[in-house]
Amino acid sequence: MLRLSRTARLMLISVVCLILLFMYVPLFVLILNSFNESQISGWPIRGFSTKWWEFARTYKPIRDALLNSVLVASGSVIIASILGTLVAFAMKGFTFFGKGTVNILVVLPIALPGVVTGVAFSNTYSNFLSPTGFNIGYFGMIVAHATFCIVMVFNNVFARLRRMNPNLQEASADLGAGLWQTFRLVTFPQFRTSFAAGALLAFALSFDEVVVTIFTAPPGIDTLPLWILKEVGRPNQASVVNVVATVVIVLSLVPVYISQRLARAQENEN
Amino acid sequence: MLCLLQGIGFRLARPSQHAVRVLFPAFTVPLQRVGMSCLAGNCTVWRPIMRISPAEYSFCVAIIEIRHLAKTFGAVKAVDDISLDIESGEFITLLGPSGSGKTTVLRMIAGFEDPDGGTIHLNGTEITHLPPFDREVNTVFQDYALFPHMTVQDNVEYGLRTRKVPKAERAEQARQAIASVKLEHARERLPHQLSGGQRQRIALARTLVLRPKVLLLDEPLGALDRQLREEMQVELKTIQRDAGITFVFVTHDQEEAMRMSDRIVIFNEGRIEQVGTPEQVYERPATKFVAGFLGSANIVSGESAQKLFGHSKTVSIRPERIRLKPSSYTPTPDETALPVVVNEAAFIGANTVYLVDTDHGIVLSISKTNEELLGQDNRFVPGDRVLAVWRNSHTVVIPA
Repeated sequence: MLRLSRTARLMLISVVCLILLFMYVPLFVLILNSFNESQISGWPIRGFSTKWWEFARTYKPIRDALLNSVLVASGSVIIASILGTLVAFAMKGFTFFGKGTVNILVVLPIALPGVVTGVAFSNTYSNFLSPTGFNIGYFGMIVAHATFCIVMVFNNVFARLRRMNPNLQEASADLGAGLWQTFRLVTFPQFRTSFAAGALLAFALSFDEVVVTIFTAPPGIDTLPLWILKEVGRPNQASVVNVVATVVIVLSLVPVYISQRLARAQENEN
Repeated sequence: MLCLLQGIGFRLARPSQHAVRVLFPAFTVPLQRVGMSCLAGNCTVWRPIMRISPAEYSFCVAIIEIRHLAKTFGAVKAVDDISLDIESGEFITLLGPSGSGKTTVLRMIAGFEDPDGGTIHLNGTEITHLPPFDREVNTVFQDYALFPHMTVQDNVEYGLRTRKVPKAERAEQARQAIASVKLEHARERLPHQLSGGQRQRIALARTLVLRPKVLLLDEPLGALDRQLREEMQVELKTIQRDAGITFVFVTHDQEEAMRMSDRIVIFNEGRIEQVGTPEQVYERPATKFVAGFLGSANIVSGESAQKLFGHSKTVSIRPERIRLKPSSYTPTPDETALPVVVNEAAFIGANTVYLVDTDHGIVLSISKTNEELLGQDNRFVPGDRVLAVWRNSHTVVIPA
């Protein structure tokens, strides 16, 4: 353990407090504003009420947007989990021509600006798919999100597989387990925490993706971030946005908690 | 004898000691059925009543037959045309320096590597290209390869689970196996909560609970410290003898190999140099490599041999077989004596190692047990002119 002098410790504590303050004051203002009586956010808050909470509870567009966000994120996470894991296994288990290229191509989407991905997908959908009579619609959004979600799953699973003792799979086969049995009983339990962590991250990425969604969402369909973006432009109901944002903050605690537990579980396994 | 019959096309599909006794009265080995409680539960073991050495006994049954086995990794011939019979119930050690192909052979028997050529038969059935899960052999890995997310109990149950043994039954069998390695108290622990020696025992229990015919051990004691390693050597040997399982043991530790094995196979550069009992390979090395690899040896060849022995064959003399005598000593007719000058004397505890120069400029190494306390011993010092004496029968001519 590093030993620090009294002054150094006090300095560190104050710096940490300052940083935390900077990070969380805006969130607190937002949460408080969700109880603001007036139509627009402001400071100081003159009157408190739960009327915007009541309004948000029954306002259909919010629920539709939330449902869309969850559907899109779930869909892209499912696609990304399967493909990302498969790619990770291929990279770990085999040597093949173009392996390095495949690796780069899989990781690239996370580095590409969302605008580029968005324009590319939107062009492809409208210039190639629509003329052939195939209207991808809602699913197009899921596919576009999946491209950068794959990276999250792939990176996590691949890193874990690389650290995995190859003898474990041999030992399993040696003890009579077939390929599927070995995967189910030995290999998957070895990387399941990384897998879950990757999937969680992918979900979060997809959930708050704005740019790619703008380009690929079919007309009239909003995800939660798109809806918030639109509402902010309409100052009459700005306070309802604060309500939604507060709910999202509270919900965000769930994946954070889960990922911390996963990280701890992973440590215990090694 | 069996080998001879095989040579003319006679082959026992599944040879057993019993069959040998009936078929070849001349080779009768009276057998006794011994029921005993061993690591894998109760099992039946056939043992000869007569005391015969494992080497002779081993002619009875070949459980694994390897013919012309080959494996290449890239440009390296890891295993180069190896043929070997492993006999039922023997403790056979594959010994050699690292990269000599011993582990690759083991992995090909286990099914982890696919041979490029040759065949492997287990109990008369070809298994050369079968996957590991279709072979009745089990492996103990160097790093134990215990499943880190499973408790000790689940680890030991694993093989029974894949064989679809009912839950209650496999729990009981695993419990017994864990008890036999004296780790009942650790049944619910995870592997990372065990010490190295304990993990080793669980790895062993995990395979023995399946009562394999052949157990393959890949340097299983390599990760243990010396004291524990010697304990485990004794334990392994006891288990092997009591359970009557064929052990194929890979090590690079020659002392370990000699201590435990019925037979040793010495590997070098992907080929077998010699197969024999520990005594045979030590006393009668077939090649220069074997003579130099096992223990230490004074190897004299070519011109030097011409000067010393009057022929140019390669000759090996073990340092502990040479004695130093004062120059006044008269050798008997069955002894070889050489006038030498002591060059160096190193005290290494149990022994003193001398390096002496002969008149021909050949350096011999001589090891002498320190039987007396320092000062009470007539030890030689550098510069002394003495006689190096050994019995003629200790001059071993190396055929290859």
